[in-house]
Amino acid sequence: MKHLLFTERMKMADLVHANYRLLFVLPRFGIQLGFGDKSIAEICSSYGVSESLFLLVCNVYTFEDFLPDPAQLHAFTADDLTGYLRRSHEDYIRHQIPEIRQQVIALANCCEPKNGRILERFFDDYSREVMNHFDYEETVVFPYIHTLSKGESSNEGYSIGQFEENHSNIEEKLGDLKNILIKYLPDLAQGSSRNTLLLDLFLLEDDLNKHSLIEDRILVPLVEQLEERRR
Amino acid sequence: MNGSQKKARRVVLIGPSAIILAGLKSLLADSGNGEFEVCGTFDNPERFAERAPLLKPDLILVDPIVFDFQRRTALRFYFEELPQVALIAIVYGFVEPEVLKQYHGSVLIYDDGRKIVRKLRQAMEARRTETEPAGEGYELTDRESEILVSVAKGMTNKEIADAHHISVHTVISHRKNITRKTGIKTVSGLTVYALLNNLIDQSEIE
Repeated sequence: MKHLLFTERMKMADLVHANYRLLFVLPRFGIQLGFGDKSIAEICSSYGVSESLFLLVCNVYTFEDFLPDPAQLHAFTADDLTGYLRRSHEDYIRHQIPEIRQQVIALANCCEPKNGRILERFFDDYSREVMNHFDYEETVVFPYIHTLSKGESSNEGYSIGQFEENHSNIEEKLGDLKNILIKYLPDLAQGSSRNTLLLDLFLLEDDLNKHSLIEDRILVPLVEQLEERRR
Repeated sequence: MNGSQKKARRVVLIGPSAIILAGLKSLLADSGNGEFEVCGTFDNPERFAERAPLLKPDLILVDPIVFDFQRRTALRFYFEELPQVALIAIVYGFVEPEVLKQYHGSVLIYDDGRKIVRKLRQAMEARRTETEPAGEGYELTDRESEILVSVAKGMTNKEIADAHHISVHTVISHRKNITRKTGIKTVSGLTVYALLNNLIDQSEIE
């Protein structure tokens, strides 16, 4: 499967054609559209983005079976990676979730008032949980990684092993929200706004799943290596 | 290649003969019309087991010879972690019927491509009927609705068990059925379900 992976010589435009969901990823690296025929390598260097991290993220994002080679994890710094993850969090919190919330509110206003309130409350509950999770990563996990990568030891007794279990409840809640919209909420709204909301939820779900995949396949192994080295 | 081609059934091949595995792989590529995609080949099941969670295969074609003799009749046990997978034996000589019975199907190395594809489809069908819950509907039973209401009110399994005079174990199995039938997994999701279906009133959960 190796020969199918994205490489630095590919045109950036072809990357988007190959997997349009990478349109979520590009802004998080600060990369803007209008690349002409420039290659991935050229674009990355003009934006000052680590080319190897960029390729790793795009490959994890696109190829389900792709597992980075442990050696590839040294081609960028831990701060490059946490920087990317932070910007992803910001994208969810500032753009994706608020935009979806607008749609939820609009839908809630077309429902029976009682049902509308239930829907809104459930969504707000969900977004609060997502934010708490991001907050935990940014205040506990990332600083830990930063200290670790500087070769300093932190004696808080934290290790990345504790990190991995945290995603499931958030994923389940989003799944429930989809089912509520698909199966249970009586539909009074005219037109297809509810379908649009669902489509956005499916895209958000996919994107969040890829986000956790990046954490599981790049962040966790990288930190395990750093922890190993410190010993 | 990427997410949009997901439809292909993911196939894993396990067997000691590189020639046979390579042959099967190219046959499936040629005659399956993209229906089956080989996502991994392994010379022994242990190697495969390491990679199994990532590969998520739909079908496993395995040469029964890779298992030591005792294990050959306890095959399901071996692939217990992968309950959705159809298991197909790769056969090129005599295999005891006892052993073959463990698989959802078998392909003979003398079969042509089209026949192999047909057999893989049949094996998946056999796999599917095996998992289908026996005639249970999607309507919640009265008991399940009662339990659901208790869950929505935020009661713990222990509290629910005491209130309904049943064991915690029974509560858990009711909850599993509720989740299977409604498709809703979290407590707050179940609360929404209960509210939307007028099983409880908002005032009861505050």
